[in-house]
Amino acid sequence: MKRGGLTIGFAMLVAALAGSVLIWFIGKSPLAVYGLLLQRTWGTPYGIGEVLFRATPLILTGLSVMVAFKVGLFNIGAQGQLAAGSFITALCGAALPASLPGPIAVAVCVLAGMLAGAALAGLAGILKIRYGAHEVINTIMLNFIVSAVILWIGNAHVFVKYTLHTRVISDNATLSHLGFTGSEANTSLLLALGLAAAVAYFFNRTRRGFEWRAVGHNPRAAQNGGVQLAGVVIGAMVMSGALAGAVGANYVLGSKHYYERGIGGDVGFMGIAVALLGRNHPAGIVLAALLLGTLQYGGLAVSEQVPKEIFQILQAVIILTVACASAYRGHLFKGKPAAVSVKVSQDTGGERDAAEREHG
Amino acid sequence: MGDQPALELRNISKTYGAVAANREVSLRVEHRSIHAVVGENGAGKSTLMKIAYGHARADAGEVWIKGERIARHSVSQAIARGVGMVHQHFMLVGTLTVAENVVLGQEPRRAGLLDLARAASEIRTLSQKFGLDVDPDARVEDLSVGQQQRVEILKVLWRGCDVVILDEPTAVLTPAEARDLFTVLRGLVQDGMTVVLITHKLDEVLAIATRVTVMRRGERVAEYEAEGLTAEQIVHAMVGRPVQQYVDKQPTSLGKPMLEVRELRVTGARGLPALRGIDLVVRAGEILGIAGVEGNGQTELVEAIVGLRDVDRGTVSIRGKPITGQPVAHRYSVGLAHVPEDRHDRALVLDYSIQDNSILGQQRDFVGSFDVLDRDRVRQHADRLIREFDIRPPDPRHLVSGMSGGNQQKLVVARELSRRALSVLICAQPTRGVDIGAIEAIHRRMIEARDRGLAVLLLSAELGELRSLSDRLAVLYKGQIVATLGQEQLLAEDALDNIGAMMTGAWNPGAGPKDAPQ
Repeated sequence: MKRGGLTIGFAMLVAALAGSVLIWFIGKSPLAVYGLLLQRTWGTPYGIGEVLFRATPLILTGLSVMVAFKVGLFNIGAQGQLAAGSFITALCGAALPASLPGPIAVAVCVLAGMLAGAALAGLAGILKIRYGAHEVINTIMLNFIVSAVILWIGNAHVFVKYTLHTRVISDNATLSHLGFTGSEANTSLLLALGLAAAVAYFFNRTRRGFEWRAVGHNPRAAQNGGVQLAGVVIGAMVMSGALAGAVGANYVLGSKHYYERGIGGDVGFMGIAVALLGRNHPAGIVLAALLLGTLQYGGLAVSEQVPKEIFQILQAVIILTVACASAYRGHLFKGKPAAVSVKVSQDTGGERDAAEREHG
Repeated sequence: MGDQPALELRNISKTYGAVAANREVSLRVEHRSIHAVVGENGAGKSTLMKIAYGHARADAGEVWIKGERIARHSVSQAIARGVGMVHQHFMLVGTLTVAENVVLGQEPRRAGLLDLARAASEIRTLSQKFGLDVDPDARVEDLSVGQQQRVEILKVLWRGCDVVILDEPTAVLTPAEARDLFTVLRGLVQDGMTVVLITHKLDEVLAIATRVTVMRRGERVAEYEAEGLTAEQIVHAMVGRPVQQYVDKQPTSLGKPMLEVRELRVTGARGLPALRGIDLVVRAGEILGIAGVEGNGQTELVEAIVGLRDVDRGTVSIRGKPITGQPVAHRYSVGLAHVPEDRHDRALVLDYSIQDNSILGQQRDFVGSFDVLDRDRVRQHADRLIREFDIRPPDPRHLVSGMSGGNQQKLVVARELSRRALSVLICAQPTRGVDIGAIEAIHRRMIEARDRGLAVLLLSAELGELRSLSDRLAVLYKGQIVATLGQEQLLAEDALDNIGAMMTGAWNPGAGPKDAPQ
């Protein structure tokens, strides 16, 4: 964790330098722009709220990617899973009777969205187990299918005429704002933090979490330890999809109050970066989401000074630097040596251990 | 050259991370000698030889070859100066012929084209000269392991090397093949060459070496002339204390059948039949050993019993209850325990702590309410195993990846013996890559397990281990049990040779040892 913080600190420094060059190139003062960015994000309640609003979905998709990583799977379908989840959340919210108590209405909508994401990712898991198709292919193809199906069903049946969005959800299903002088930050942030804590507890304390982590580190030893790999793969995909599916709570229940095509932008794919920056740990993921949320809103907040694209470049530079630093140390997400392990004779266990310690 | 040594290492030091693999090691290998470098696993002998061969670079120290100091050492430097190495894991391309493998990387050409005919005739001459009997035109994948090793030696000789380093050359050989190898090595030395032999098998050292260097914990602790040397002296130097190599065992009374395997047929990794009708029974209070050259169905037999591999036909039962087709966890719950053949592959999660590994496979027994692991009990359990098996370091939170092979294996054995309702213990290669001290402890535990009424199935590549521990020994060859030996046959003078012959299919048990073909 300490080393992870160091890496990210280094990455931020690299990104800051790269950004300085770009800003200077435009003819502005880097220090002034950075100062303004900080002042307009973390310096005002409204700025903080906007950062939190952007961090909330990143926490959820980061957790989604992390859960799959933990068992050695790469779920790059968070984008489709959050689209399906948001769509279902919105339909649910619009269909619920207005007399239903608020908390129940919200719970039903969120759970429906999580179920939709879970079903989609679970399907990718089943395809892997049943037919051996790689989850990267399965999840990315399902992204396309979901996107097309939502557009088709939406246009044919549920979108408001001449628009690409659903009807507005009933009032009892909306989430209240967190204050922050009119910013869009809403109580789904608490849901995201709660889920982060739950995921941490699951992996660190429960028997199943113990087994899942073992599968991620060494599936053959886990199998020998009585863990059924098929169940873990499908279970982890379901959990991963459910987390991505909860994103609808932020955008649909907390902000827009309807599903709109393209909702959430690329927050599903950014989940991969969040998991990477967060060192595949829930607390790290929350911090990484706040960092990226700051850059995202910060870019907007200073856009009258410099183009906001500069801050997209900064995000990418941070992610690239961390990826390179991790790979350079021989780690990729799981702390396993990424370098081809030298096949040493069976009878030199000690020396092999020494070599492993060197890489570890 | 005069009296310059063929190979000399001066004050070699090498560290991997925090571990000193070599500390100020010096070694003089004289011309025309067979110099054995012995030591426990992790003593640093392989590292030292890698440095000599230019495969690894020393942090400090000098490498001299034939009186010349090599400043920037590399493998090509070593070969250019006549130092070659035969690795334990062969580096051969199975689909190519012997001749093609030998010349690979230095192909002889004629008019820009590959001149394999010349290579083949050169190789034929070499192999006749040194008694390395292999057909240059044979495909390597069709050769036995012993023949493949000859190809590796030919590779070194063909490149003109006269100093040959061999890393654990007999690990994969049967006793007869090992003797043939020794004949070849003696021939090489008579022809003016020098042999460096890395090994931990003392009988080999005594049989062939002219000089012996003993390493322990990265240091050179002793050096002897081989003449008049005893195994006890070497072991004492290797371990630093006197060691009883094999445990005494008393006869026990046999109980009920605990593990029964009937008509077991299993398909192997490449879709070929791996087990072709195995029948075996292990009773309470006995150790049934399984001998066989690796790849004759041992792995599949264990995986079928444990439930890691599907069975085509046949049944497996524990205490009379069939478990065929049941999940792995169920088999453990009815009394099975399993020490896997490769602890890094199947037994341990290297990134887990000692305590987490100590419950792997028993995690369901350590949960409190809501499926949450009871950390206190896990910790107590780990503490107990550490205490009872003297596992080091004695810190339950220490990562397993930072432990020595012997301590890792002790942890695995401790864990498996700590299972509830234990009745059948399967041990595959329980002492592979483990130092002598740990071997002693593991053997003692296995005997104890047998004495308290467990049925033990032992699979091992070490014939000495099988012979000293087994009450009965079955020989596995091409997926079938070709012979079963009782105590009397096991204790016979020529037992090892007979078993070795059976392992290679050279001896039809119906015909008797004297009528053995070939």
